[in-house]
Amino acid sequence: MTDACLLDAERMESHLQRLCREIAAAFGTDQSLALLGIRSRGLPLAERLAVKLGAILGQEVPVGVLDITLYRDDLSEGAGVPLVRPTEIPFSLKGRTVVLVDDVLFSGRTIRAALDALLDHGRPKRVWLAVLVDRGGRELPIQADFLGLKLDVADNQRVSVKVREIDGTDGVFLETRG
Amino acid sequence: MTQERYTFPHRHLLGIEPLEPRDIQMILDQAQAFEEVCDRPEIKIVPALRKRLVVNLFFENSTRTRNSFEIAEKRLSAEIINFYPDSSSLSKGETLIDTAMNLQAMRPDLIVMRHSAAGAPVMLAQHITKASIVNAGDGAREHPTQALLDAYTLRKHFGRLEGLKVAIVGDIRNSRVVRSNLWLLTKMGAHVTLVGPPTLLPRELQATWPGIHCTNDFDAIIPEMDAIMMLRCQFERGTGAYIPGQGEYVRYYQLNAARMRRAKPEAVVLHPGPMNRGVEITSEVADGPNSVILDQVTNGVPVRMAVLYLLNNAAMEA
Repeated sequence: MTDACLLDAERMESHLQRLCREIAAAFGTDQSLALLGIRSRGLPLAERLAVKLGAILGQEVPVGVLDITLYRDDLSEGAGVPLVRPTEIPFSLKGRTVVLVDDVLFSGRTIRAALDALLDHGRPKRVWLAVLVDRGGRELPIQADFLGLKLDVADNQRVSVKVREIDGTDGVFLETRG
Repeated sequence: MTQERYTFPHRHLLGIEPLEPRDIQMILDQAQAFEEVCDRPEIKIVPALRKRLVVNLFFENSTRTRNSFEIAEKRLSAEIINFYPDSSSLSKGETLIDTAMNLQAMRPDLIVMRHSAAGAPVMLAQHITKASIVNAGDGAREHPTQALLDAYTLRKHFGRLEGLKVAIVGDIRNSRVVRSNLWLLTKMGAHVTLVGPPTLLPRELQATWPGIHCTNDFDAIIPEMDAIMMLRCQFERGTGAYIPGQGEYVRYYQLNAARMRRAKPEAVVLHPGPMNRGVEITSEVADGPNSVILDQVTNGVPVRMAVLYLLNNAAMEA
């Protein structure tokens, strides 16, 4: 297995900055804006975006976290089952503009599950999607509204995003198997 | 904080005895995630067991446990069939094995079973190969989900199980709750004291659990305890034959306000229900500030959700 660095910490940061400016441009006057990170790495990304957005917009942008384990359709794939962890949405979704945040967009199944999970918690006004990397390979009609990096990655390759809050370092890597 | 993956290494939950401490830990940790589902302001239902069929097979009366399981199943979106013996062929002489084989032929995914005979779910598990069995109480042998919800309640209150001093008081002889709790609490490093009149406190329990303490003197141990678990006097199981009279039992073993005044201020009182108010416990204590009895009932649902979820995943992995 070989690892190639696609984005180092500095370039990852500049992609996040740009995502932020795009979200701010789209929803700048919308006081109901909130971010929801998808566990695991969507959460720290959402928290960082919220801080930057707060600075740009001069208003606090609330952050929640979605655990989609119970909504997955692929529980039987792979060794072991992801453990369920709590969903925490410390604000009402009613009438909100919600931006879902995740690290990598691949098949789209995680986002499908996240939408189901989200709607069980309330009825937001609208839901948009921000991802750091779109690696291609969609199996469902789902696209990102705000996108950091667009890639076209082969099936035997895996894109992994590392974040300092979980992994101790920032960066986007391409792993090639075999 | 990465997405940890794990498969529960048991096909059935027949008792606490075969579980490792990490299995118990896993159930309690997962129950915490399911508590969030139960506390949601809007939709308290998740699709984790969607399109899975659960049969509730209750050969013995139960209201609380059956309702708790049923709520847990519904919150996981399972399909449910309730099967009670008096509405079945059992009254026509069908054996337990026949019933089990007929059930299996209908392809359920999970079977929740209560039976008055110790070991009935173990026997069922030897014949059922295509479904997971959850023991919801078998005779005086085990009632694993009760012990798990007791442990969950204690862990939530104290933040730990290890080192806790827990007294279990009353009708030890006839209690499956005691046996499951003894397995669980000793595996998790709590210190257990069994309390009751000599006739209801079989000393042979110490052969299986050598670390436990047994005493007939309730008053002597009260001040040291972190938790006091009162058991129901099971008069329908013949408790009455083992004690001289209810009056004497009340005098020595009832948990009342006078006894509670001698307990640690932060001690908690548990009871698996249903309570005989005025016999093993007074209303003053059952409804008092140290009681976590209704918390136990609340916690039963997420704990049972966790058990069903983990067993279902284990079956899908197999």
